[in-house]
Amino acid sequence: MKQTVGVALAVCAACSIMVSTAAVALKPIQEKNRILDRKKNILVAAGVMDSGDKLSSDEVDARYAQIEGIVIDVETGETVLDDEGAPLDPDSIDWKEVAADPKQSVELSSGRDTARIRRRANIRPVYLLRSEAGQIERVILPVRGKGLWSTMRGFLALEGDLNSIGCLTFYEHGETPGLGGEIDNEKWKKQWTTKLAFDEKGSPAIGVAKGAAKNDDPHSVDGLSGATLTSDGVTHLVRFWLGKDGYGAYLNVLRAEASSNEE
Amino acid sequence: MKKPGEILFGPVFKENPIAAQVLGICSALAVTTSLQKTFTMCLAVIFVLAGSNAAISAIRKWIPGSIRMIIEMTIIASFVIIVDQFLKAYAYGLSKELSVFVGLIITNCIIMGRAEAFAIKNPVNPSLLDGIGNGLGYSVVLLTIGFFRELLGSGTLFGFSVLPESYVPNGMMVLAPGAFFLIGLFIWGLRTVFPDQVEDE
Repeated sequence: MKQTVGVALAVCAACSIMVSTAAVALKPIQEKNRILDRKKNILVAAGVMDSGDKLSSDEVDARYAQIEGIVIDVETGETVLDDEGAPLDPDSIDWKEVAADPKQSVELSSGRDTARIRRRANIRPVYLLRSEAGQIERVILPVRGKGLWSTMRGFLALEGDLNSIGCLTFYEHGETPGLGGEIDNEKWKKQWTTKLAFDEKGSPAIGVAKGAAKNDDPHSVDGLSGATLTSDGVTHLVRFWLGKDGYGAYLNVLRAEASSNEE
Repeated sequence: MKKPGEILFGPVFKENPIAAQVLGICSALAVTTSLQKTFTMCLAVIFVLAGSNAAISAIRKWIPGSIRMIIEMTIIASFVIIVDQFLKAYAYGLSKELSVFVGLIITNCIIMGRAEAFAIKNPVNPSLLDGIGNGLGYSVVLLTIGFFRELLGSGTLFGFSVLPESYVPNGMMVLAPGAFFLIGLFIWGLRTVFPDQVEDE
């Protein structure tokens, strides 16, 4: 009996030392990879990189330089400035922390919380790709929401008309490989491109269909077979972030800017 | 007592864990759609098998019978987590593609099977060889299946196009049934060469 407990304790101690050493020692490199991966996903969403491209971290940084990151106030849609009047850099902020901080986020009641994220930060990052003339070519919105098992995190990119979808890509999720995990499937992701995010009245209408999407329906993409709950999760998260609790106010600001420029 | 060479190379063809013992075929389906993934998975399995076999054998005399399997599981799981951490640090893209299947090495029957069948009653050196040998046996099957699945399913090998543009990829090869057919053919071939592997009816 004594020996049993002794051996169990010794094995546990030895194993936990090995595992924690590996985890702690490799953490900085893993963190770097995670940040690089996020940047790559923003580039893919911006349409300046193909998801199959193998780029070195320097090349990624070079291309990332053309992306303009800003922080917006969700309620007003205005860009948040720092003390010196310059736009805040979204990559300098720990967004998970902001979303969990009761002072900087709101709790969503169950009726409003369609993406099932519980709390939403009052400020959110947005990434912009501009043409040389300064016109917005793509607006990249970080989105997240619950699928079947996990919170799916990704980017939804809108074209300059603020209605056509440029791309939808996920960089972190824990959905079932082969079923819900097919949200990473390139063929499925391609369907999103050129679909329209909003209906004539201006409310978010884009979503994943049950089964095959109707050919003439500009607002839906094919459902993923065997993954109804993940598909529904994607629909909810996309509509949530395009709506008034998400980036709705900011998109209105952009639309107003665009029409005043035309006049 | 078997000779070291027999322990190391026996499991590659004669007593192949997948083909002869039909262990661990679940991961053979999941990770063999491309050779790069397959290769990484094979290295991971060889490392875990060799490491856990050696570690379990080293402490086999002190492991109390009542908690034998839990101890084995703890050791195996630790090795798997270490592999997973290394992949996340040095092969991030691959580790994302392999996703849960690295973690699922813990439940790969080959590893627990070798711990129970060999490492628990043999000295360290033969156990280490047995681990590497079984890992190699697993790798031979997986790489063969991966080779055909990637070649016929995508027309590439290790991501490089090898078949002419005019080749229409066979989509079934990328799906799970393709792997079943190939494993079946592999086992058939092996049992034709080694008829003693055929079970009595």
